[in-house]
Amino acid sequence: MDDPRALYQEVILDHNKKPRNYGTLACRSHHAVGHNPLCGDHIDVELNMGKALGSGAAGQSIEAIAFQGSACAICKSSASMMTMAVKGKTRSEAEVLINEFLDMATGKLEFADAHHIGRLRVFSGIRNLPVRVKCAILPWHTLHAALNAMQNTSTEAQHDPMHAAIGDA
Amino acid sequence: MTTIQTAPKAEPATPAARTAPGLDIERIRADFPILKLQVNGKPLVYLDNAASSQMPRQVIDCLVRYQSTQHANINRAVHTLSELATNEFEAARRKLQHFIHAREEREVIFTSGTTDAINLVMHGYGRRFIGPGDEIVLTTLEHHSNIVPWQMLAEEKSATIRVVPVNDAGELLIDDYEKLFNERTKFVGVTHVSNALGTINPVKQMIAFAHARGVPVLVDGAQAAPHMRVDVQDLDCDFYAFSGHKLCGPTGIGILFGKAALLESMQPFKGGGDMILSVTFEKTTYNTIPHKFEAGTPPIAAAIGLGAAVDYLSAIDMDAIAAHELALLDYATEQMVRLPGVHLIGTASHKAAVLSFIVDGVHPHDMGTLLNLEGVAVRTGHHCAQPVMQRFKLPATTRASFAFYNSMAEVDALIAGIRAAQKVFS
Repeated sequence: MDDPRALYQEVILDHNKKPRNYGTLACRSHHAVGHNPLCGDHIDVELNMGKALGSGAAGQSIEAIAFQGSACAICKSSASMMTMAVKGKTRSEAEVLINEFLDMATGKLEFADAHHIGRLRVFSGIRNLPVRVKCAILPWHTLHAALNAMQNTSTEAQHDPMHAAIGDA
Repeated sequence: MTTIQTAPKAEPATPAARTAPGLDIERIRADFPILKLQVNGKPLVYLDNAASSQMPRQVIDCLVRYQSTQHANINRAVHTLSELATNEFEAARRKLQHFIHAREEREVIFTSGTTDAINLVMHGYGRRFIGPGDEIVLTTLEHHSNIVPWQMLAEEKSATIRVVPVNDAGELLIDDYEKLFNERTKFVGVTHVSNALGTINPVKQMIAFAHARGVPVLVDGAQAAPHMRVDVQDLDCDFYAFSGHKLCGPTGIGILFGKAALLESMQPFKGGGDMILSVTFEKTTYNTIPHKFEAGTPPIAAAIGLGAAVDYLSAIDMDAIAAHELALLDYATEQMVRLPGVHLIGTASHKAAVLSFIVDGVHPHDMGTLLNLEGVAVRTGHHCAQPVMQRFKLPATTRASFAFYNSMAEVDALIAGIRAAQKVFS
């Protein structure tokens, strides 16, 4: 995984070519657009949140999710795999995964500790390509923005997007 | 005043190789220490010269010599070092004057770069002479640095910006340019060479047309001065701006050429030391040009280094540089059009050695990363020229931009890198 070439592996290339959950939802409750102004990439994430299963909004689950946009393979495959990973998850579970993904992308996640990264681990090599970290995390920023009813987000919105706080908005 | 014996006389920065008409590329490359680097285990193939060029040993040595033996502040003290530094700084101004064939050395103003030079014209000329309802003509091919200052002026003065369109090859539509003129047209800003596409614009013809209507013209020469002989008297441009770091010089330095009469009519841009003759709290009298526009301590070493860079380029000969780069462009274009799925953006008949391209199924950022893994440095993105990208309905391109020290073998490395990236995505 330390060889940056390993990042362009089968699973990422497959999701780039055939992105899952690509398009729009017939019925959406949440929505956000993410931009990377430095490279012009943009990702549009739509959600349909179900009724709360547990306590309050944190217990709401993602019943449906879709994305579309114009982006590089790293960004598009990250978005595609993200939609698969968070579908059916509660809001709080999704926020945990967002934080874990951002930590992994910036090399801060300890794989020895408990985590929910699973198949998303194919992106762990991105930490060796610092200029491409923003590509991988843009969909996750955008999902966070959608969950928190922010219409727009940008990788340049925070002082240092690689270390942006993705806690409660 | 005396000179100190320990300060070596400045040697003109002469390249090791001077072989006309063809360039001895291997000997030229030996002048550039950075070109010996390995990147990701591969020899560096540096094709991002439109963003910034590399520096030859002769310029690096000049900077070391200046800092080691000559540095002091200029235009101030009576001591020997200050005199030496002042002389070197003014000698650099004369080198730049001759490099662009300006009539007088006072027409060369040191700025921090092209962006600073354009902002100087906007503040010094635009804010004094452009008013409500006036029109400024720009082109689709401009870099953001020749758009945004004029938008700021237009907003402040309620002026209007008119834009010259381009055809599908990325060439300015000169008929449309001419039709934009009316009695409200007060200024033209045009890039000599497009940074995103490489198009060489017919600036001499455009300037003549504007002058026939009494309209001054600023030429952004950031992408032209490093690649071709520039003669500001022949062009008859009113202003010409370029940066040192794209011309084998240091960052933080560039020049604005302006016709003396225009510069004299302009208001100062920045206030401070050096740009004044006398200061009281009642009245300040500004210095004469070029000093009126050089407030504060300039980047002295960088200016002297830029002087060494133009010595270096002139010794190789700008026409020989242009000829070699044209050969690189022709070879690279020929190779690239043969690659299935690769599309050149910008196919002007008159082009600098810039190849902007897109590849079916491979996003420019992935192309940039995969080329970098092969040691090939290119730029990806919108190249600070978003209107160009909008014109071609693209979010980004990959751009390979050549310099005189690039070789035909490096074109082959680029082509091989593109093919390897296509294979990854096949």
